[in-house]
Amino acid sequence: MIGSAAATAGLLVAPLLGEEARKNAAATQQADPNAIPVALDVNGKVHQLELDPRTTLLDALREHLDITGPKKGCDQGACGACTVLIDGRRVLSCLNLAAMNSGKKIVTVEGLAGDGRLQAIQAAFIRNDGFQCGYCTSGQICSAVALIREGRAHSDAEIREWMSGNVCRCGCYLGIVEAVKEASNATV
Amino acid sequence: MQPFDFVREHEVSTAVKAGSRDGAKFIAGGTNLVDLMKCDVEHPTHVVDINAVPLSKVEQVPGGVRIGALVRMSDLAVHPLIVKNFPAISQSLLVSASPQIRNMASIGGNLMQRTRCPYFRELTWTPCNKRNPGSGCSAIEGENRLHAILGTSDACIATHPSDLAVAVAALDGVLTLRGPKGERQVNATDFHLLPGNTPHIEHDLKHGEMITSLFIPDGPHAKRSSYLKIRDRASFEFALTAAAVGLDLDGSLIRSARVAFGGVGTKPWRAKFAEAALGGQRATPDVFRAAAEAEMKSAVAHRQNAYKIELMKRTLVRALSDLAGGVA
Amino acid sequence: MMPPLGPPLDRVDGRKKVTGGAKFAAEHNLENMAYAAMVMSTIPSGTIRSIDTAAAKRSTGVIAVISHLNAPRLGPAPGQPPAAGQPGAAAPPQQQGNFAEPQLIPFSDNKVHYVGQRIAVVVADTIEHAARGAELVKVTYDETPARLDMQQFREQGVDRAKSLFTKGDADAAFASASVKIDQIYRTPHEHHNPMEAHSIVAAWDGDHLTLYDSSQNIFAVQQTMSRLFGIPKENVHILSQFVGGAFGSKGSTWPHVVIGVLAARMVNRPVKVFLTRKQLFFGNGHRPETQQRVALGANPEGKLLAMIHEGMSQSNDVCTYAERFVRPTKAIYAVDNMRAINPIVSLNLPSPTYMRAPGESPGMFAIESAMDELAYALKMDPLQLRLVNHADVNPEDGKPWSSKSLKECYAQGADKFGWSKRNPEPRSMKSGRDLIGWGMASATYPAHRSPASARAVVKSDGTVTIYTGTHEMGMGTATVMSQLAAETLGIPVERVRFEYGDTTLPPTPISAGSMTAASVGSAVFGACDALKKRVAEIDGVDPATINAESYHTILSKHYLDDVEARFDAKPPQQEPHATQAFGAHFVEVAIDQDIPVVRVQRMVSAFAGGRILNAKTARSQYFGGIIQGIGMALLEETHFDKRLGTFTNVNFAEYMVPTNADVRSIDIIMVPEEDHDVNPIGVKGIGEIGIVGVAPAIANAVFHATGKRVRDLPITIEKLM
Repeated sequence: MIGSAAATAGLLVAPLLGEEARKNAAATQQADPNAIPVALDVNGKVHQLELDPRTTLLDALREHLDITGPKKGCDQGACGACTVLIDGRRVLSCLNLAAMNSGKKIVTVEGLAGDGRLQAIQAAFIRNDGFQCGYCTSGQICSAVALIREGRAHSDAEIREWMSGNVCRCGCYLGIVEAVKEASNATV
Repeated sequence: MQPFDFVREHEVSTAVKAGSRDGAKFIAGGTNLVDLMKCDVEHPTHVVDINAVPLSKVEQVPGGVRIGALVRMSDLAVHPLIVKNFPAISQSLLVSASPQIRNMASIGGNLMQRTRCPYFRELTWTPCNKRNPGSGCSAIEGENRLHAILGTSDACIATHPSDLAVAVAALDGVLTLRGPKGERQVNATDFHLLPGNTPHIEHDLKHGEMITSLFIPDGPHAKRSSYLKIRDRASFEFALTAAAVGLDLDGSLIRSARVAFGGVGTKPWRAKFAEAALGGQRATPDVFRAAAEAEMKSAVAHRQNAYKIELMKRTLVRALSDLAGGVA
Repeated sequence: MMPPLGPPLDRVDGRKKVTGGAKFAAEHNLENMAYAAMVMSTIPSGTIRSIDTAAAKRSTGVIAVISHLNAPRLGPAPGQPPAAGQPGAAAPPQQQGNFAEPQLIPFSDNKVHYVGQRIAVVVADTIEHAARGAELVKVTYDETPARLDMQQFREQGVDRAKSLFTKGDADAAFASASVKIDQIYRTPHEHHNPMEAHSIVAAWDGDHLTLYDSSQNIFAVQQTMSRLFGIPKENVHILSQFVGGAFGSKGSTWPHVVIGVLAARMVNRPVKVFLTRKQLFFGNGHRPETQQRVALGANPEGKLLAMIHEGMSQSNDVCTYAERFVRPTKAIYAVDNMRAINPIVSLNLPSPTYMRAPGESPGMFAIESAMDELAYALKMDPLQLRLVNHADVNPEDGKPWSSKSLKECYAQGADKFGWSKRNPEPRSMKSGRDLIGWGMASATYPAHRSPASARAVVKSDGTVTIYTGTHEMGMGTATVMSQLAAETLGIPVERVRFEYGDTTLPPTPISAGSMTAASVGSAVFGACDALKKRVAEIDGVDPATINAESYHTILSKHYLDDVEARFDAKPPQQEPHATQAFGAHFVEVAIDQDIPVVRVQRMVSAFAGGRILNAKTARSQYFGGIIQGIGMALLEETHFDKRLGTFTNVNFAEYMVPTNADVRSIDIIMVPEEDHDVNPIGVKGIGEIGIVGVAPAIANAVFHATGKRVRDLPITIEKLM
């Protein structure tokens, strides 16, 4: 086992870098001069935010609204972990500036289960073990909700192709396909 | 990402005005621009959101179809007009990117997307003539398995990544551009530029100009057209090679053909030599192969991408064979 | 005792994961939190001449720019003896620590060892401001000649892992063998690419540190932070409830953790670090490139007479890692004459580390490809060749196996796959335009175990909470441990709560090497068994009479609010048995004759990994390993530019992992295996074995389909044209 580390030398790092850092820290307490007003309707609730125009929808959700269901996988549109529904369509929140979404209806994985009751697809993901670590799951589920609405669940091959924008490094694809099939059958 | 100010415009005229400011860029889907801004490759100081500009119609017009620049890839892919009369366009869209990206990305933006060359995108400290003109090309002697073999220069071998642009090039698409000085039309094949000594200049779009629509003419080539894309991964990958093909057939006689290549060119590659070799010939595998050979004569391989020359030939032969169906 | 195949209970944390309720490390947004963004080196070797921070400091929201120029000296890393007079010199000697780069304490000097080294950090009030600040830091260097090409330095290999193993006279036996294979196999650099990037939130309160870390090894992180920052271990609290995949990459403490903690201390605010996907490719480990020679000598009946396995893999001077690709060599076939060694070549590349089935995965690619080549040389069925050379005892030391069901794996897998219908002739099987190929390979991975502790507390309402420090990266730990506890105590699983991922709980080892179930399971079993006995003792009854209702009844009767028991499970000093899991993969590939992209059509994989605690989560783990194996075989390669010293395809689009469309039919057979010797609960661990052997099985199928033997991974289209 790990040896005990009865270090006695005391804390080696002093806080604060000096006057300059203190000033900087104080300066950051003030409003960002570049910030613009953005109203985000997330899961049926409108949030009035002042955001740096650079803020992506993903960062607005995760860092400003503490809505952390949408995940940051690659932050470059190559994995699908950040998938949310905007006006009913599945999109990537990482390549989407928050400011572009004023007035749109955004639904994240948190908004799917109404009154604490899981949607069929959520229950099907659990039953079919469509995840392991769970980090891609929010995106997989949002994507699956849209896929079923898009009418792309006719066959295993079709589901596979239309779920391929959601990478799962744990390799839960077989469970995901089963879950989508099951939920699709439950919804029709 | 460099700071910028953000405005939303609702009309073409005001958008063009806003987009004419120094350092301005239009944003539609954002799938390419935001990505490259995060990579510290794109540095707009003004970002003009054009999503509210009414350019989202797909319309039958005399002689063809007019597609608004803000139509989304996913919508165009399943539009009945496109599916029926321009299958290559629909197919090229359905094998692009992922469903989510196709829901976001606009047609105009797709044609404007920039290369995936890692020296350009990710390795921003390395020489790249496209990102930093005059600094040199890291790919020519570097990791270039995915790089171009057609239209390359000593300054750049970066591959154009779009699938749609290849189908559009094959089917004689025409772009309508609107700028401060008014409107003009450009053939899709002339829109993208070869790198030459100026790989940072990628297309014929002047500052402040925006793509407003894309016209694709009707015709037998459009109606009998297809798009074949070859990739390592079964989905969600840029092309190793791709062929957009259109045939005007009289029985097994090829009256004329339309051919463009993807994954191999520094621009969407209209294959005029291949077309010439096909016109007036019977649709047979030998003729297809000869057409492929004719086009690939000018191909230049680098250390890791020589396979693309043969693969592109086989891709074209396969695309034509499948399209010609029973007659081949 | 539990049955050999545990019930397929749904994951106990499933609901949290499908509703967005599972909080990963970076999702702990603390009051007044700042963000840190890394600056990476852009040269492979040299020194930093200057760091111009002026523009960064002027940039909006930037609080601090920290580098070797202004960072304080940290204590020595665990595993590195402190020099006299240095902070921490008074501390007792440490065991080997988990600090990934013991020779590279972040910001300790101006030396650059590889491209991508974290050389500065920008702290700002928002994520955007920090990222922008990092872009504005300008660094100049004095470059020194870099070692970048493994081939160029192949004569300078060092047996860092002390791997040399010899038995008999391998060279002489090989020389005199009548049938021989002697080939070189290569595997490329690969990256783990867990979905969740490495990330932390660090908060100081006086000299107490709270650290949310995406970690596979929280107790080692605790020790490392204690040493580096010179505070008692008790002052360091690491939390890691949910980890978004790791596959080995989160087992060591990587520089960003130290830097983030340092930054939080210096700016006196909580700090979040969330690495970019690009950064993950440089400073968080990778499976290093290997080049392996396998020489097999056999008699005409296929009996192996000699086996030589040697070569090299990449490492560097700042880490201690060596890829042990000859580890499976010593365990897989009965051979009297063997020589095996896996030296490293130290280069100016980022530090490699263990990645799912380290050693076994690249090693078995070479061995199992060579075995297939030998089968063809012998004109013998590849499965028959493996049966002829089945190791009835451990080839390395002659010890008996605690259990081994490899023959059953072969038999059941072959039967389900239809192997007997295989026409051995290459290019003999077709379907339309496709060439069809069938290939197979064996799989193996050792059954490791480390000390672990657990505490079980039963309340008077009959509910039980299990406390143990361990981790959940998706393996199903929380679920299977709850099941194990319920089974041991004789209560329904709904009455069990499992608390983990916290250094205030009883210590557990790294969750890696397929040893969590065995190690933590032994502790949970021990604690629950002890708790059951204690409760029985309180009432003076026989533990055998204890049932689900007894806990409530007995605690109420004796006016007790709760009763607890702790168990410290330790593996025996001397193992009389060799302990190893085994399996076999059977693969069908389809390859277009003209456009030879390889697609895996179907797989049947049979495994014997001891007792399976939960059939559902186990199946998922096997799938996961196999699918990563498909990636390894066909897609995954991190390209390296030997001129510039940098990895190039450093994103999630050009570093390709399998998508849903790449995976078709996979059948898992779990061969029941009862093992009373491997450990108290009879499990061998299954996290790694799924990937082992997949790449060679596919490569062998590709040979069968095309007649082309691909000896360097991945098997991309150009290698078949």
